[in-house]
Order: sequence, then structure tokens, then C-alpha cells
Amino acid sequence: MIEGIGIENILIVNTLLFFIGIYGFLTRKNLVTILMSVELILTAVNINFVAFNKYYYPENLQGHFFALFVIAVAATEAAVAIAIIISLYRRIKVIDVERADEMKY
Amino acid sequence: MSDFGYTIIIPAILFISFLLIGFGGGKLKPVISGIAGIISVSVAAILSWITAYNYFFISGKVSGAYQSVIPFNTLWLKFTDRLYIDMGILLDPISVMMLVVISTVSLMVHIYSIGYMKGEKGFSRYFAFLSLFTFSMTGLVISTNIFQTYIFWELVGISSYLLIGFYYDKPSAVAAAKKAFIVTRFADLGFLVGILVLSSISGTFDFAVLNNPNGSSLASGTTSTFLGMSALTWSLILIYMGCAGKSAMFPLHIWLPDAMEGPTPVSALIHAATMVVAGVYLVARLFPVYAFFAPDALEVVAVVGVFTSLFAALIATTQTDIKRVLAFSTISQIGLMMAGIGVAGYGGEAGLGYMASMFHLFTHAMFKALLFLCAGSVIHSVHTNEIFEMGGLRKYLPYTHITFLIACLAIAGIPPLSGFFSKDEIMTAGLQKSSIIFIAELVIAGLTAFYMFRLYFIVFWNRETRYNKTPHESPIIMIIPLIILAAGSAFAGFIPFGSLVTSNGKPIVSHIHLEVALPALAFALTGIGISYVLYKKERVVPKKISSSMISFRIIVSNKFYIDQIYIFVTKKIIFNLVSTPVAWFDRHIVDGTMNAIAYLTNSVSEKIKGFQSGQLQQYAYVMISGAVLILFLIFYLLK
Amino acid sequence: MEKILFYIFSSVIIIFSIMCVTSRRILRAAVFLLFVLLSAAGIFFMMSYHFLAAVQITIYAGGIIVLFIFSIMLTSHVDEKLEAPAFKKVYFSFMACLLGACLTIFAFLKYEFPIPSSKQPVNSMQVIGKSLLNYESGGYALPFEVISILLLAAIVGTIMITRRDETK
Repeated sequence: MIEGIGIENILIVNTLLFFIGIYGFLTRKNLVTILMSVELILTAVNINFVAFNKYYYPENLQGHFFALFVIAVAATEAAVAIAIIISLYRRIKVIDVERADEMKY
Repeated sequence: MSDFGYTIIIPAILFISFLLIGFGGGKLKPVISGIAGIISVSVAAILSWITAYNYFFISGKVSGAYQSVIPFNTLWLKFTDRLYIDMGILLDPISVMMLVVISTVSLMVHIYSIGYMKGEKGFSRYFAFLSLFTFSMTGLVISTNIFQTYIFWELVGISSYLLIGFYYDKPSAVAAAKKAFIVTRFADLGFLVGILVLSSISGTFDFAVLNNPNGSSLASGTTSTFLGMSALTWSLILIYMGCAGKSAMFPLHIWLPDAMEGPTPVSALIHAATMVVAGVYLVARLFPVYAFFAPDALEVVAVVGVFTSLFAALIATTQTDIKRVLAFSTISQIGLMMAGIGVAGYGGEAGLGYMASMFHLFTHAMFKALLFLCAGSVIHSVHTNEIFEMGGLRKYLPYTHITFLIACLAIAGIPPLSGFFSKDEIMTAGLQKSSIIFIAELVIAGLTAFYMFRLYFIVFWNRETRYNKTPHESPIIMIIPLIILAAGSAFAGFIPFGSLVTSNGKPIVSHIHLEVALPALAFALTGIGISYVLYKKERVVPKKISSSMISFRIIVSNKFYIDQIYIFVTKKIIFNLVSTPVAWFDRHIVDGTMNAIAYLTNSVSEKIKGFQSGQLQQYAYVMISGAVLILFLIFYLLK
Repeated sequence: MEKILFYIFSSVIIIFSIMCVTSRRILRAAVFLLFVLLSAAGIFFMMSYHFLAAVQITIYAGGIIVLFIFSIMLTSHVDEKLEAPAFKKVYFSFMACLLGACLTIFAFLKYEFPIPSSKQPVNSMQVIGKSLLNYESGGYALPFEVISILLLAAIVGTIMITRRDETK
């Protein structure tokens, strides 16, 4: 527990970070920037897990490990996403999420 | 009582032959279709003769009167308990007689057509349609109830349309087929309304119930009135409208002269011997209803018949196309048949007109078919229909000449040929009812003799025309039916019809009535004499006579301008006042509604299409908003 | 003291994340992301989860950001300014996010959280290492193995996706 900071403060920060990440995901055009927004979301979640772990269940380490695994998975996912982006770039020469609409009607 | 179950084969084999020739004829050699047609019609004819022999001479008569025998009657279509339509076979003096007439004349026409239609493309189609027609006509006469009659009536109309328009690349033939179908269809409108009124009064379609002389089912019809006549009388007059259309009575006669565009054997079968007498047949079939409950309707029948007969006989004297003369002659003779049945009453001596009408139907079938087939033989030789391009053909076409002469004598009513006997009976019945009718019939007899012999003399005698190609006699296969029909025309008069076909089944004694026969013979001989004088040798006298009555002659030879009146009424009145608004409504409102619905569906789906845009961020947005919305609902509505 | 530090870290997080999602130059966005991740690591340090913070810096800040920068270099023109998004998109996304954020914050502000405990977490490296490989209950050997397989799949998949077709 951090002295003087209640859980609500941390939660507010995390929520704001989370929704900023969502806003970025919905708004940005470049695929790499969308990926960055996803990283923001995952970071917010990480901090959340760790905060709850620290504040209410300090003798278990479940939140801590969960955050660890989230980091691992986020790294994996970023790598695969970059691979897809590069593959798409080879096809259509731009990384514009609105140009990648072959799944439309 | 022998079993008449085999009569089902008669229509069945004709229908099967229609299907086989129709579907298989295109692939086989044409002559096979012809032989198939002849075989099926021969089977039908032989069975009809056997039925006639059985019915009339062996088992039909029960306690002195011919009863109707019903070998089959099965439920076909059921609407409610009280409203249902059967299909069945009814054997009764007139239906058995008609079976014999139809199948025999059809057989003659089939044999003749093998020679006449040889080499035509569409040979198989022709025989298929002939089988269809024979099937429909046979079905019509053996119907057990009025609705089945209506079904076969329409089938006969279709067959006639198909056969008149047989040469479908000639626009005149197509127009004639359309005209025939439309006029008879229009008449059938009245027929259908009449059927509906009649069956709603009596609660049944069945002839056995309707024709029951006790007439218990029809009693209610005489009480309710509409414009002064009972509902039953109205229904019978409407039914008569259908008969008038089919039998070419004035003013629905306009289709029959144009129907001569079809091949000549078709004219012989359909428009002389069988289809056009369907109207007379139907009046005879419903005769007890007419006689007991609507004598006014019978008067209408008689008046229309006599008027039409006189009208058509007048027009026939001025026509120059050989088939048109015969067409108007047919109209005239059918008018006589209608007159005969119209003056009749039920049973005994009053039923003489009924018997006479049926007798004349029988003899007329034979000599009119013979006349048409001879005309076909002539046309086949000289390749023209106009009589003033023919002449002196007696040297070139001996068999045709003799048989044509026999037929002309028969139709003119010269004894001892058949026409004399049947006309004698009709005129006697007419005299019994009213002397005006009798005098009219005498004039008609004279005119008939005149125009028929005019035709005969101009074609076979008159001037010796130099032909480009020497006319040759027809092949033997066309001569045989002529000879058979000539024998029938000559000797059919000796059949004791009165003991076979009468209004109530009990025989009546028929004999020559000298007070009728002698004036009739006098008129006929006068007619023959005048035409002999005018037409046997080429003379200028006929031209002088016609130019002196030039205006009257023009009116008559243009068929009293009835066709033009019809065209005026249809084009100026019906098209402009009725058809155009209806067509506008159909195009803009009905079609417009459909188009609007389609347009609406289209535009809605265009909008909805946008949901599947392939845009990642749109999908994500929808997901997020949905989640937030659910969150919102959970917090604020499901506290 | 710790309060002030926390406020600094959280304001850095918020401000730089906003700038990351609205920046019009890609490289700057990547750098702002880096700062966010470093601040998050800072918060982890404050909560004395040292190992996690170290992992965060190494993998996230070190690995992923470098990956991003490489991919940016490979795929786009770095000098160009990115287009600003359409107003409609901005408006609707902003509204949705605002609504979501308000709802969530409101939800947990109303909730009565219990008093946090003040025990110290047991997170020395020996404990972490032993738990990771502990296959009895309470151990994390299974997720550990699963993650390794996931990484293997990711490696194979990445290579497969970006392989150029050389079979011609």
C-alpha cells in the first residue's frame, strides 16, 4: 500500500488510461498507432491488477503473476501484429486501417 | 342390361393419342402421326357404333322409353358438402347419337387429311390438335353435369383456336383465330353467369337432377323475378348466350366466316359438323328445364334461330369465296336447328321440333362435311378459293363433281336424300307453332337451294376456264371419305329417327307431312331452277340483276356491315372508355406499388449493408458502445 | 512524499497517453508511449514489485517499443504528418469513451471499498522463482509452460506470415 493514496485514486488513473487507449484505438488511422493504443489498454489493466494485489491480498501473488503473464502475452501479440502489418504493407503499400476493408459486403 | 363401361375408352384413347402425337410427333416421320391419329379415331368410332347399337337396339329402352345410363360418375372437386363437381359419362339418346356423328365425321376428316395435308410442315401438330379436338368434343357430349360441359366447352374453344390459327405465319389466320376465341369467350361469360345462377337456384350441377321432369329442385327459380322475367328464365337465356356464341347465331356469328382461314378439313370437322352444333346440343341437353320452366327462353331461341337463318341465307347468295358460301350456309342451317328446337314442347307431338332438330343435326353433319371436303378437293386442284376463277371443273374432277352434287341436292331438300326428311320435320314443327315461322322457313329453303346451286353451277359448269395447270382429281385417299359421306347423305334420311331420339325418350311416329313437303319442294325447285337459268352457262344476266340492285347488293355482300359495327364499338368505345383507364391503373398503381415495395426493400438493404463495412474501427466502436450501453443499463435500470 | 511521487507519475501517464493518441507524428507517439510505460514501471517500483517493474522496463519499454520503431521505419514515411481523423469519428468515439469512463468511475466511487491491509508483500526473487516452477497447488508452472508454447507459436506464426513466396 502506498501511504496516503486510496485505491480509488489508482483506479481513477487506470480507468482514464484505459479509456484513452480505447479512444485512440477507435480514432487513429495508422495501424501501428492503433497497436500503441492497445498497449496503453494493457498497461492500464496491469497496473490495476497489481494495485488490487498490493492493497488487499499482499500475501498472495496472484495479481503479480497475472500481470507478468499479461506482459508476456502483450509482447507476443505485438510481435504477431507487426508481422501482419508488414505483410499488409507489402500488399497495399499503405498502413491505413480504412484501406484494409476486404471483409466488407 | 349390358355394361357400358367400355365407353370410357372413347375419350381416353383420343386424349392419349393427343399426348403421344403432340410430344412424339416432332421426332417421328409425319406419316406415323397420321396413322396413329387414324387408329385412335377408328377405335373411338367403332366403340361409338357398338355403343349406339347396344343402346338403341338392345338395352337402352326401359319400359318403352329410352333412359339415360350413367356408367361412371366420380367426384372430382369438392368445395363443400353441397357444392362439388363430378366427372362422368352420361349415355342418353342425344349423346349416343352425337358420339356416332363426332367419331364418324372425325374419322372421315382424318383419312382425308392424310392426303390433303401431305407435305405440310406441322403435319404432326395438325393431327395432335385434331385428336385434342375430338377428345374435347366427345367429352362435351358425354358430360353428366353442366360444369363438366363447361370445362369441355372451353377445351373445344381452345382446339378450335389452335386449328384455325394453324398457319400461324399468315396474319389473317392468326387474326381469325383470335376473333373466334374472343367472340366465343365473350359468349361464355354469359354461359358461366347462367350456370352460376342456375346452380344457385337448384343447388346442383347435375343434369339428372336438373332434367328431372318433376323439377322439384327448380321450383324456387320461378318465383324470384328480375325485370319481369323469373331468375330461371334469365339463367337459361344467359346459357343460351353461350350457345349462340358457339353456334354462331346473330349477332355472335362474326367469327365463323373468318374461321375459314384454317385448313379445309378443319372447317369440315369443326365448323360444319361438330363444334358449331354444340350450342344446339346444349339446348337439347337442358331441354326439360327450358320446356317446363322457361318457355319464354325457348321463344328467344326460336326467334334468334329463324332470324339468323334468313340473315345468313341472304348473305350467302352474294359471296364469291367458296368456303365463305359454305360458312354462311352452316350458320343458316344451324339457325334452322335452333328454330326447330325452339318451337318444341316436351313429349308427344309437341316434341316433334326436338326430334327434327336432332335429325337435321345428324344429316347436316354429313352433307356439310361432304360439302367442305369437296370444296377442299376443288381448292387442292385449282389452288384458289374464288369461284369466279373456277368453272367447268366437271370434266376434270368427276368424283368430286358427283359427290358435291349429291350434297347439294341433300341440302336443298330434294327427296329421297336425307335433307328432305329432316327439313320436312323441322318445317312441320314450325308450322305447328306459328305460320310466320313456317313462311320464313320456306323462304329460307328456297334461298338455300338457290345459293347452293349457284355455287355448284359456277364451279362445275359455267365458263370453260383455261387453267395454267390442268386440274387433277384428288388422290384416292381423299376420295374415299367423300364417297362414304355421300352415301350417308343419301341414305340417312331413312333412319327412323323418331323412334330413337325424342324429347322424353318415348318414340314418336314420323311421317311425311304432305302439306309441308309440297310447298317446301316447290320453293326448292324454284331456287334450283333460277340458279340453273342464271349460272349454268356464262351470261351477263346475273351482272345486270346485281347492278340494278346495286346498293342493296353492296350491303348484303358486305355482310350487312356487322363486322364494321363491332370494330367501331370496340375501338372507339370500349378501348377509349374502359381499356385505357384500366391499363393506366394497372401500369401506374398496381405496378407502381410493386415497384415501390422493391425500391423500399432495396434502399433499406443499402443502408443496412453499411454495417458490414470491413472497417475495423467501426466494428470496435460498435462493440465498445454496446458494452457501455449494457453497463449503463445495468447501473441505472437494474439497480 | 510518496503521494507526490504518485501524483507525478500518474499525471505523466495521463498527459503522455493523451499526447500519444493525438499526436500527428508517429515517432513522437512511440516515444510518448515509452514514457507512459516507464511511468507505469515507476508505479510498480513504488509498490515494491521490483521484479515486475524490471520486467516491464525490459520487455515493454525495451522490446516492444523498439519493435514498434522498427516497424514504423519499415512501413511508413516518418517525416509525413499523419492525417487528423474525421470529426465524426472523433466525436462519436469521444462520447462513447467519456460515457464509459464516467460510468466506470461513478460505479466504483459509489462502492465502499474495505480498508486496505498494510502487510508487506512477499515478493523476493526466491519466492517468485519457486512459485513459477511450482507444480503443486498454488504454483504457476502451468501458465508458465503455456506462455512458452504461446511464444513458440508466435515465433512460428510471425515467420510464416512474413515469408516471401520464393517457390517460383
